[in-house]
Amino acid sequence: MEASFIKELQGIVGKEHLLTDRESLAVYGYDATPELESAPGAVLLPGSGEEMARIMALCYGNGVPLTPRGSGTNLSGGSIAISGGVVMQTSRLNRILEIDQENLTATVEPGVITSTLHKRVEAIGLFYPPDPGSMNISTMGGNVAENAGGLRGLKYGVTADYVMGLKTILPHGELLRSGGKAVKDVAGYNLTQLLISSEGTLGVFSEITVKLVPKPRSKKTMLVHFPEMEQAALTVSAIIAARIIPATLEFLDKVTIRCVEDYAHVGLPLDVDAVLLIEVDGHPAEVEEDAAGIRVICEKHRCSFFQTAATPEEALKLATARRVALSSLARLKPTTILEDATVPRSCIAPMLKFIQETAKKYDLTIGTFGHAGDGNLHPTCLTDERDHEEIRRAHLAFSEIFDKAIQMGGTITGEHGVGIAKKPYLPRLVGEAGLRVMRGIKGGFDPKGLLNPGKIF
Amino acid sequence: MEYVELLNCMRCGMCLPHCPTYKETFLETASPRGRVALVRKIQDGDLEVNERTLEFLTLCLDCQACATACPCGVNAGELVAEFKCEEKEKGGLSFMEELILRKLVPHPDRLESAMLPLRLYQKTGLQRLVRTLGILKMFPPALERMEGLLPPLPARPLRKSLQEVTPAVGEEKGTVGFFLGCVMSLIFSEASHATVRLLSTLGYKVITPKSQKCCGAPNMLGSDLEGVRRMALFNVELFGSHDLDFIVTDCGGCGAELKKYGRHLPGDKSSAEFSAKVRDISELLALHADELKEKLKPLPRKVTWHDACHIAHCQGIRQQPRALLALIPQLEVSEMNDPDTCCGSGGTYNIAQPEMSDRILKRKVDSILATGADYLVTANPGCLLQLKKALSETTPKVKVVHLTELLSESLVA
Ligand SMILES: Cc1cc2nc3c(=O)[nH]c(=O)nc-3n(C[C@H](O)[C@H](O)[C@H](O)COP(=O)(O)OP(=O)(O)OC[C@H]3O[C@@H](n4cnc5c(N)ncnc54)[C@H](O)[C@@H]3O)c2cc1C
Repeated sequence: MEASFIKELQGIVGKEHLLTDRESLAVYGYDATPELESAPGAVLLPGSGEEMARIMALCYGNGVPLTPRGSGTNLSGGSIAISGGVVMQTSRLNRILEIDQENLTATVEPGVITSTLHKRVEAIGLFYPPDPGSMNISTMGGNVAENAGGLRGLKYGVTADYVMGLKTILPHGELLRSGGKAVKDVAGYNLTQLLISSEGTLGVFSEITVKLVPKPRSKKTMLVHFPEMEQAALTVSAIIAARIIPATLEFLDKVTIRCVEDYAHVGLPLDVDAVLLIEVDGHPAEVEEDAAGIRVICEKHRCSFFQTAATPEEALKLATARRVALSSLARLKPTTILEDATVPRSCIAPMLKFIQETAKKYDLTIGTFGHAGDGNLHPTCLTDERDHEEIRRAHLAFSEIFDKAIQMGGTITGEHGVGIAKKPYLPRLVGEAGLRVMRGIKGGFDPKGLLNPGKIF
Repeated sequence: MEYVELLNCMRCGMCLPHCPTYKETFLETASPRGRVALVRKIQDGDLEVNERTLEFLTLCLDCQACATACPCGVNAGELVAEFKCEEKEKGGLSFMEELILRKLVPHPDRLESAMLPLRLYQKTGLQRLVRTLGILKMFPPALERMEGLLPPLPARPLRKSLQEVTPAVGEEKGTVGFFLGCVMSLIFSEASHATVRLLSTLGYKVITPKSQKCCGAPNMLGSDLEGVRRMALFNVELFGSHDLDFIVTDCGGCGAELKKYGRHLPGDKSSAEFSAKVRDISELLALHADELKEKLKPLPRKVTWHDACHIAHCQGIRQQPRALLALIPQLEVSEMNDPDTCCGSGGTYNIAQPEMSDRILKRKVDSILATGADYLVTANPGCLLQLKKALSETTPKVKVVHLTELLSESLVA
């Protein structure tokens, strides 16, 4: 990068917020995605939307690629600057600008941490439902850019269901406003929804307005053991078919249960094949009724144990098994490859079976847990990046799993995004037409192809 | 340090919101995930040990909040500390380090004599004079900071005045070895006095071997692992010569270090046995909650508890001190925000990294004041020094006390 260009960048953000030394750049080459790394040419931490716009205009004018970054927790390589250039980290833009109690909206800067927003709105009896597993560190900008889901997705939906308005800086530095606080808005193309899950390739969000809902008045947490995995999977579909929509309907398979028990000793019996964590919330009467209905369905599917939490502390304890699932798996081996193949709910049982067979075929340890109610599974391969042969087999296995998901009418990624990691699989899902339209949209926003290049397609 | 411990970091970023230096800077280089990556890159030969990488690594407080947060069991703080030790072993100690870490710290007598001028300095009123005249401004800033941290010193170090054996009050239930930390003995002797009193009241015979040496924590801060090992061997043998049920300390820093002797001396069985016997005072007292409850009298006060890193993160002790506070009648306990976030003391961090330490401290002080408590309770001398200074400057009405001082006061009140 030229010295004069660096100097101009420095003029915008100040010396303290510009990193160009080799040692700093070396640790900005990764995010949470395994096996991917590429150091940028400079890192900037702007302090305002205006600074972001000036940085973007300067980079665009000089033909320098720019990659937005929140906390770098995405699992698809989205914040890695594979073409070099500048990484722009939004963490300093971390103000909650407004909580509008009349319209039930919150407006935040992109660097606000998801759980910080949760705490603020819950303190006044409101609720922002999207709760990705990474919510204590993920940024709102990153959540919108990846359309993050979470444990409450089944009943409450994902980030896209809450974003009402965006201020987006276009690649050349111009500000685009879309949506707002009005509940209804059909003026032209729905640019807000187009920008959600654009993975930082169309523009950079500088302000985000989200919808809030009243905090549910009560909730009930249940933990259910199943001696047969298939029955657990069928229970998931049966609950939904019975028109009960739990807030949370999470699943752990046998490999995961073993690891959880080894690590956290939460008292899961080892002869159990699957565990469901179910949470219903809402009006107290409705919660009681739903919980009773769920119990009947679980028993019909031969569950071996059904536990309802009597107190909030007990609820937390029941949820521990799910909360520590990833940690318990990740401890087993140095490298953890976490995927998010997603299928229609009715296909959960065959998909789980297919994952197990594939793991066996390629001689791999794959534990599966996830948002069963959304059909969103996390087959997690435990391996060692130094064992190239096993890594090769892991990729072959996942390729088959993705194909199967597509075949079942599902998708290659339910919430982590395409980024770099899923690029090879996207054409199989969206086909030539899909790619052509996406490229057209990208060209309309970013004719020079400088904003987060090399991602998605 | 094993290379695979570095590989275990999956870069998920869960440590970031818990790291005091990341919270202040938002810089990956100042995060546990970044530090593990740096160490790994150095091991891989992609980066060198140079001024820059050392600057990033020494910004780590080694508070180990990252270890608590890590889903994969990676302890970035410890990895960084061990890496620095390995580097030091290659280069050797500097003259000053040799002097302090090998010639002064291991010898309690010399340490006590070294403090003598300081005691005189306070007693003669020279301190007041120096402070009013601002003479210290003419000395290096580190010296000025050190002077500022110094609370009034006790007349005699506790090691000198405490008997080697304190008998149990009433029927003897067991014998504990008391590991008297250097700073506790030299500065917070009141608190350690209270500790011994509580132990004997509960029926323990307390043995405080006079010749015990420093736990080695200062050497660890100075990246002198060999120094730690020497101290460990000495203490293990000394305490091993007594028949003890537990080895108790009221210093969080000592406790954390003593519990690691087994790790520092892999394969040495007696070190592992020693470590297994070590208890923080709150762990032991909590076992006797029922008896204590009967003996404690009301203290109508509002207090807040600060989880010292060396107690909460390094030893995983959170619940016991809170349970003990709950035993005191009429004591109102108000939890602060993020009670287990570092206060910025970090052993000698507040002197070595004054700017960052002050930023971290400010956050802590704000959380303390927000509780409206008039007592801040903790159990680690580093935190006591740091918070006493900060609060006495800004809000003198908030007193800073060690847990055992409060319990002991309730015993007589
Ligand atoms: C342990 C763990 C658990 C997880 N659990 C979940 C989960 O339950 N559900 C889920 O959906 N995801 C989950 N994730 C993935 C990840 O946390 C989410 O994708 C999250 O939204 C990323 O946020 P971030 O701030 O880290 O963004 P980053 O990783 O920094 O960036 C993500 C993408 O967003 C772009 N971007 C960042 N900020 C902006 C902005 N202001 N404007 C435009 N583009 C921007 C980046 O260029 C990049 O492409 C998990 C990850 C981990 C490590």
